[in-house]
Amino acid sequence: MNEFALIFRNDFHPETGYSPEKLQEIMKQWQTWMGGMAAKGQLANPGTRLGGDGKTIRPSNVVTNGPYAEIKEMITGLIVVKAGDIDEATEIAKGCPILNAGGNVEVRNIVPVRAN
Amino acid sequence: MQEKELIPHLYRTEFRKITAVLCRLFGIEHITIAEDIVGDTFLLAAETWGLKGIPANPAAWLYVVAKNKARDFLKRSTIFTEKVSPEVQYSADQSHEIEIDLSATNINDSQLQMMFAICYPGIPPESQIGLSLRILCSFSIDEIADAFLTNKETINKRLYRAKEKLKQDKVRIEMPPPAEISRRIENVLTTLYLLFNEGYYSTNRNTVLTKDLCIEAMRLTHMLTESESTSRPEVNALLALMCFHASRFEARVDKNGELILYEDQDILLWNKELIGQGEHYLNRAAKGEVISRYHLEAAIAYWHTAERDSPEKWEKVLSLYNRLLMVEYSPIAALNRTYALAKVYGNEVAITEAEKLGLEQSQLYHSLLGELYSEVNKQKALEHFAIALKLTKTTGDRKVIRKKIEKLKTDTN
Amino acid sequence: MKEFVMIYRSEPMGEIKLTPEGNLAVSKEWENWMGGIAAQNKLVSPGMRLGNEGRTVKPGNVVTNGPYAEIKEIIGGLSIFRAESIEEVADWAKNCPILSAGGTVEVRDVMQMNG
Repeated sequence: MNEFALIFRNDFHPETGYSPEKLQEIMKQWQTWMGGMAAKGQLANPGTRLGGDGKTIRPSNVVTNGPYAEIKEMITGLIVVKAGDIDEATEIAKGCPILNAGGNVEVRNIVPVRAN
Repeated sequence: MQEKELIPHLYRTEFRKITAVLCRLFGIEHITIAEDIVGDTFLLAAETWGLKGIPANPAAWLYVVAKNKARDFLKRSTIFTEKVSPEVQYSADQSHEIEIDLSATNINDSQLQMMFAICYPGIPPESQIGLSLRILCSFSIDEIADAFLTNKETINKRLYRAKEKLKQDKVRIEMPPPAEISRRIENVLTTLYLLFNEGYYSTNRNTVLTKDLCIEAMRLTHMLTESESTSRPEVNALLALMCFHASRFEARVDKNGELILYEDQDILLWNKELIGQGEHYLNRAAKGEVISRYHLEAAIAYWHTAERDSPEKWEKVLSLYNRLLMVEYSPIAALNRTYALAKVYGNEVAITEAEKLGLEQSQLYHSLLGELYSEVNKQKALEHFAIALKLTKTTGDRKVIRKKIEKLKTDTN
Repeated sequence: MKEFVMIYRSEPMGEIKLTPEGNLAVSKEWENWMGGIAAQNKLVSPGMRLGNEGRTVKPGNVVTNGPYAEIKEIIGGLSIFRAESIEEVADWAKNCPILSAGGTVEVRDVMQMNG
């Protein structure tokens, strides 16, 4: 089994502007998705959920406020999953609720770091 | 061997073996009874041997007496009906006496299982160490009290509470299933490492006793490396680490029991055989995917057994401390990393990094800064050594710091 | 103390260097930089190093090959730290070795999962 990072992106921060009922529903979708993975032993690490604060540091110590500006999206969080290969991890990613909200998921292989 | 030396010697080697077997037979709730039976056996040995002379095979004598006492106890107690009897019923020959297996294999298995039972995270670390010393290392309550620089009552209370907790949580005396060993062994290794450090870094002046703690920790870790299911890379790494440290036993203490700093030690007193053993276990530890903190610490200890102050050594040590800190932070690793940084990149770089550590309450922090400033800013160096002196609790350390201050002052003038 | 993530980005660097044993070769610069932060007890997790394989899944099960293309840079890895403020983390980021390779560091606050 290898580990893959699923990186979530969306074009705005989902909890702003949603009704409490909608937020509840979104939360449930995520819980169901994550719980399903965990039950199958696919979830290596529930990862992190990122807030809206950000700073971006570029060469020559140029610091700009705000998350890294990607066309119009930003990273909202990530998790680590276990899968045989990247295609299997991609299948897992297809169940991610962020896709229902117009966001996307980047799947990346993780290079094992083993000190020597 | 004379009876005077023989009984303490046998107590050290046999008490733990018989106790482990009886504990396993009786169950975790009867540790004290197992201890008492073995204790009584030794008492009887002292009386009988004093009168009638030492038997031809003293250890076998002890086993026979302990078995009889255990059988008598079982017959009188409810453990027999509840625990032993059902098993005996299935055995082929029911008419025989209850079998108490004191074979080398069963002793070894029982000790390993007791190790997992005692290194139970539900009881505090000092209780795990205390119980290990008592049950796995045959230490008397007095010796444990001496080792912890406390009194018998405190230790008795501590061990009593720990046993109650093991009973209450129904901890089982058994090998964890293979899939769980890697997780469960972490606790065992933590306890063994603490036991070793308790001896190695003790402020106790009884150096024979503190050395014994280290030797016992090494013996138990060695037991784990001898069993296929527990000889994991991190276990071998821990044993390597202990061997490298232990190689300096003779070099680190002077005739008066004062600690000699690493850089002032006589290399000829380092134990080559233990260094060789350390290398052997470090090689064994390299097999497998896991790199534990013990691997990194053992590798650092290895470099400290190598020639002093080569540029390669400090590059390696710095890299290892960097990686160790990424795995697990500790103030001592942070300070040692900064020292290695000074060796590679110079004192000024290290001073800048040291001042970010946020360890102003630590004597070692001020000693380190005193050291780093010595060649850069003597006034600053003296200030830090003065604070270190104030924070220091042991006379040995105070002496070392005073010497450094004296040296700086004479150099200034 | 709050938690923050540093996300490292750069143009794809080609093959990832491995040691003869098949492990990721970590340069001295990275080790010293991260070790220095870890020595302050401010490193929560060294995080992960991402490889060059990638897929991006978009709504409607549209899958494209390769890492998510952000202008020219891709994410190379990330680590988690603890600090009083995002400014503190941004200061550490200024010494991150990726900057001398022309890359960037994004610092982001981590939200408590069950808070």
